[in-house]
Amino acid sequence: MSAAGAPARIGRFGLYAFLIGMALLFAIPLLVVISTSLKSLDEIRAFSIFVPPSSPHFAAWWKAWYAACTGLNCGGVHVGFWNSVRILIPSVTLSVLAGALNGYALSHWRVPGADLILLALLLGAFIPYQVILYPLVKITSSIGIYSSLPGIIAVHILFGLPVMTLLFRNFYAGLPDELVKAARVDGAGFWRIFVSVMLPLSVNILIVATILQTTGIWNDYLLGLIFAGRENQPMTVQLNAIATTSTGEIEYNVNMAAALLTALPPLLVYFASGRFFVRGITAGAVKG
Amino acid sequence: MRIRSLAAKAVLSPTVMVILVCFYGCAVWTAYLSVTRSALLPNYQFAGLVQYVRLFGTPRWNVAWSNMFLFGVLDIMGTLGLGVLLAVLIDRQVRFEGAFRTIFLYPLSISFIVTGLTWQWVLSPTIGVQNFVRGLGWNDFVFDWITRPDRAIYTLVFAGVWHQTGLIMAIMLAGLRGVDREIWRATRVEAIPLWRVYLSIVLPMLRPLLVTCIVLIAIAVVKSYDLVVAMTGGGPGYASDLPGKFVVDFAFERANIGQASAAAAVMLGSVLTVLAPYLYLELSRRDR
Repeated sequence: MSAAGAPARIGRFGLYAFLIGMALLFAIPLLVVISTSLKSLDEIRAFSIFVPPSSPHFAAWWKAWYAACTGLNCGGVHVGFWNSVRILIPSVTLSVLAGALNGYALSHWRVPGADLILLALLLGAFIPYQVILYPLVKITSSIGIYSSLPGIIAVHILFGLPVMTLLFRNFYAGLPDELVKAARVDGAGFWRIFVSVMLPLSVNILIVATILQTTGIWNDYLLGLIFAGRENQPMTVQLNAIATTSTGEIEYNVNMAAALLTALPPLLVYFASGRFFVRGITAGAVKG
Repeated sequence: MRIRSLAAKAVLSPTVMVILVCFYGCAVWTAYLSVTRSALLPNYQFAGLVQYVRLFGTPRWNVAWSNMFLFGVLDIMGTLGLGVLLAVLIDRQVRFEGAFRTIFLYPLSISFIVTGLTWQWVLSPTIGVQNFVRGLGWNDFVFDWITRPDRAIYTLVFAGVWHQTGLIMAIMLAGLRGVDREIWRATRVEAIPLWRVYLSIVLPMLRPLLVTCIVLIAIAVVKSYDLVVAMTGGGPGYASDLPGKFVVDFAFERANIGQASAAAAVMLGSVLTVLAPYLYLELSRRDR
C-alpha cells in the first residue's frame, strides 16, 4: 500500500475520519448520561444535556443509590443491586456447572440419542421467552417457587441450559478421546475424569461461560419482572420502575445515575475481560 | 469407541427431562391454549381458531405485528450494513484497532433497559437533541420522533443498531481475518480496486457468515421486549408496540390468556419461519 501515493493517503485520512466519527457516535450516548448524572437539576433545565457539567458532583449518584423512588418506595437502587447479586451468584455458578457436566457427558461418553439431545437443546435456545412464560408461571407456582429467589434462580438455570451445554460440548468435542481412554486405563471413572482431567483443561471456557452468564443474567429484565417477586426485584426492573415513574418532576440526573449504576457491573466485566467477552458473545449469540 | 456410563446418563437425564417439559411441553401448552376460549382463566376446551381471528381483528396487535416487520427490516439493514462496513474498515490495518473495537462493542455489554432509557433521554425533545440544536440558535428545529405516533417506531431502530452493531462487527471481523492470504495477493497482482475485491470476492465468500448474522438479528427482532419497554413503553398510545410486549401485557396485566397465547404462538411461528430454512441449509452444508 506504500507505493500508492497521494490518493491512498487521502483514502487513509477518510478511513480514520469515518472511524473516529462513528466511534464518537457510539460513545456520545454514554458520555451524555455520565455528564448529566454529575449535574444539578437546575443546570439540566438551563443547558442542554450535551453541554459538560460546570461543577460536577456526585449528589445524584448518592441519591440514586440510597434514595431514588419507585412509587412510595424510596430505598434507592442499592436494594436492586443486592437483589441482583443474590440472584446472580447461584444462577451463574449452577448453570455453568450444569453446562460443563452436560457438555462433558455428551462429548466423551456414549449416550443414547446424543444427537437428538443436541438438536433439542439447539432449538430450545431459539424459543422466545414469551412462548413459554405463562406455562412456566403455572409450573413454578405449582411447586411453590413462583415469585421467590429460588424461583428466579431456577428459571435462569433453565434458560442457561441450552447455550451453556452447547458451549461446553463444542469445547470438549475438540479434546481428543484418548484423554478419556488413558484415564480409564488408569482406573478413573466418569467423575474422576471430569474433575482431574477435564476441569483443569477448561479454565478458558469456564471464564467465557461465566462472563456470558454474568452479563446475561445481570442484564435480564423480563424473567426478573415475572419470576423474582417484589421482594427480590433485580436492579434492571427497579431501574425501569424508577425511570418511568411519572409523578412530580423528572429527576434526570438521579435517573441517569441509576442507569449508570445498573450498567456498571457488566461494563466493568466487559472492559476487564476483552476477548473473553467477545468469544462468549459470539458463541452465545443465539440466547435471549 | 466411546464407553457407556451410568453416571453420564444420570447427569443428562434431569437436563433432558427439564428441556422436554419446560421448553417443548410448555410450547405445546401455549399452542394448545391458543386454540381454546381461554380468557381470564385457562379453558381447555378446543375452540378452533377463534383466538387468532380475534387477534388479527385487534388494532393494537396489527400495529405491533406490522411494527415488527418495519423495525425488523430497518434494524437488520442498519445493523448489518454498519457492522460489515466497520469490520471491513477495521480490517484495513488501522491503528488503535483495540480502541475502536472496544468502543463499537461496549453497548452490547449493557442491558437493553439501559440502552432504551439512554436513547429515550437523548431523543427526548425537552432535554435531548432538539433542545441542544435549538440552544445553538435554530429556534424552529424540530426532532420529536419519539413522541410522534407515526415516527416512534423508527427511534427504536437507532437504539437497536447502536446496541447490536458491535456483535456483527466482531463476527464479520473474525470472518475477514480467516480469508486466505493468497486471495489478497492475487487481487493485488491483478490490480483489482479494493472496493471490488470486497464486494465481488471477499464478502460473497463470507456469505454463510452474513446469513448467520441476518438470522441472529431477525430472531432478536422477534424477541424484542426490554428495548421497547424502556424506550417508548410501546407508546405514544400503542404506536410503537411489538409482539413481545403485546404478549407480556396481555398475559400478565390484562390477564387475557387466550389472546396472549395466540400472539405467543405467532411469535414462535415467526422464529421458526426464519430458523427452519437456515438450520436446514446449515446442517446439510455440514454433512457435505
